[in-house]
Amino acid sequence: METKPKLYYFDGRGIMESIRWLLAAAGVEFEEEFLETREQYEKLQKDGRLIFEQVPLVEIDGMSLTQSRAILSYLAAKYNLYGKDLKEKLRIDMYTDGTLDLMLMIIQAVFKSPKEKEESYALAVKRAKTRYFPAFEKILKGHGEDFLVGNQLSWADIQLLEAILMVEELSAPVLSDFPLLQAFKTRISNIPTIKKFLQPGSQRKPPPDGHYVEVVKKVLKW
Amino acid sequence: MAGKPVLHYFDGRGRMEPVRWLLAAAGVEFEEKFLKTRDDLGRLRNDGSLVFQQVPMVEIDGMKLVQTRAILNYIASKYNLYGKDMKERALIDMYAEGIADLDEIVLHQPYVPREEKEANLAKIKDKARNRYFPAYEKVLKSHGQDYLVGNRLSRADVYLVELLYHVEELDPSVLANFPLLKALRTRVSNLPTVKKFLQPGSQRKPYEDEKRVESVMKIFS
Repeated sequence: METKPKLYYFDGRGIMESIRWLLAAAGVEFEEEFLETREQYEKLQKDGRLIFEQVPLVEIDGMSLTQSRAILSYLAAKYNLYGKDLKEKLRIDMYTDGTLDLMLMIIQAVFKSPKEKEESYALAVKRAKTRYFPAFEKILKGHGEDFLVGNQLSWADIQLLEAILMVEELSAPVLSDFPLLQAFKTRISNIPTIKKFLQPGSQRKPPPDGHYVEVVKKVLKW
Repeated sequence: MAGKPVLHYFDGRGRMEPVRWLLAAAGVEFEEKFLKTRDDLGRLRNDGSLVFQQVPMVEIDGMKLVQTRAILNYIASKYNLYGKDMKERALIDMYAEGIADLDEIVLHQPYVPREEKEANLAKIKDKARNRYFPAYEKVLKSHGQDYLVGNRLSRADVYLVELLYHVEELDPSVLANFPLLKALRTRVSNLPTVKKFLQPGSQRKPYEDEKRVESVMKIFS
């Protein structure tokens, strides 16, 4: 029997959230250890589990994996969310990479000064509306299918849903010009594993607050 | 018969250089169409060639690929530079992502405003000497093999060697305490395809000088 993947990160979204989404969507139960003190972090380093001194860290299948995109790729492949061939995998890589670029703008913003944070959020919303969401609306329109790639659920769909919800938290009407994305959002949200993850009591984390920022800065000595 | 891949970017390293290295290491001939003006970029955007309106873009196998990671992963898979199974791929990805994080600071050095250059350079030196190079030295030491993963060349080795050269340009003594990295660099540099790429007249790009930086900024302003 396989042991559950174990996630090491702060008790908050950050860069780990996409990994939680992917595992949840795949119906995979996982454990979490939350970093609250500098000592916990130093112990992980001393034990040699953080190759670049960074979290997220996921222990899975006997490996200590860091670097979120490496972890996400591995999970996508393991849980059949990476398309059926190399060309589909490529499209999934392109779409998720673009989506992650957008999300990173929002994720990193919380550590900036109030003025810079607002500017970052505004830029993220603008990029979503003028660059990323139009691209995905066009892709869905192009093939008329329910999912972004290969007519089946993939990592690209899960990543996009997460991004849509994140941008909507900053600007609720952001999907108003994108009817296909609205339908996509509803459709993907209703997939049973994802629906469950979106309900209270799941391992999904709330948006970051001041306390989260404090803990991260303390643990990483920023 | 498929044509050669075509790389669309400006005539400089930027984010395209790892793609040039990987294609060269794989022994794949490629063409380049250089963006010279803002109109060149505008044209690519308007004809729908750029999924997210950005370059790099590589035309290959009838597709127009964007997002450097996706491009590199595809080339690596196609030319057998991506390990033999999922677990090797995970390690290769992890190592490549670390190099990419360092490269993100390195590739910006020419473009950083003059008053910030010294601080950015200090950051490069610190991260290379204290975080990244020790990590890769340790990996090589741990298994004693010639390459980072699976005892054969992968895209992680190619990318790492590229960065070893680029960081050394900025910090000449950086490799002094990393004998295994030096050996890896020599080994990879002596592969016939890479050796050819390292010679003058290849498609390898030099460090961007001020004139180059100025013309690039105009394209993207």
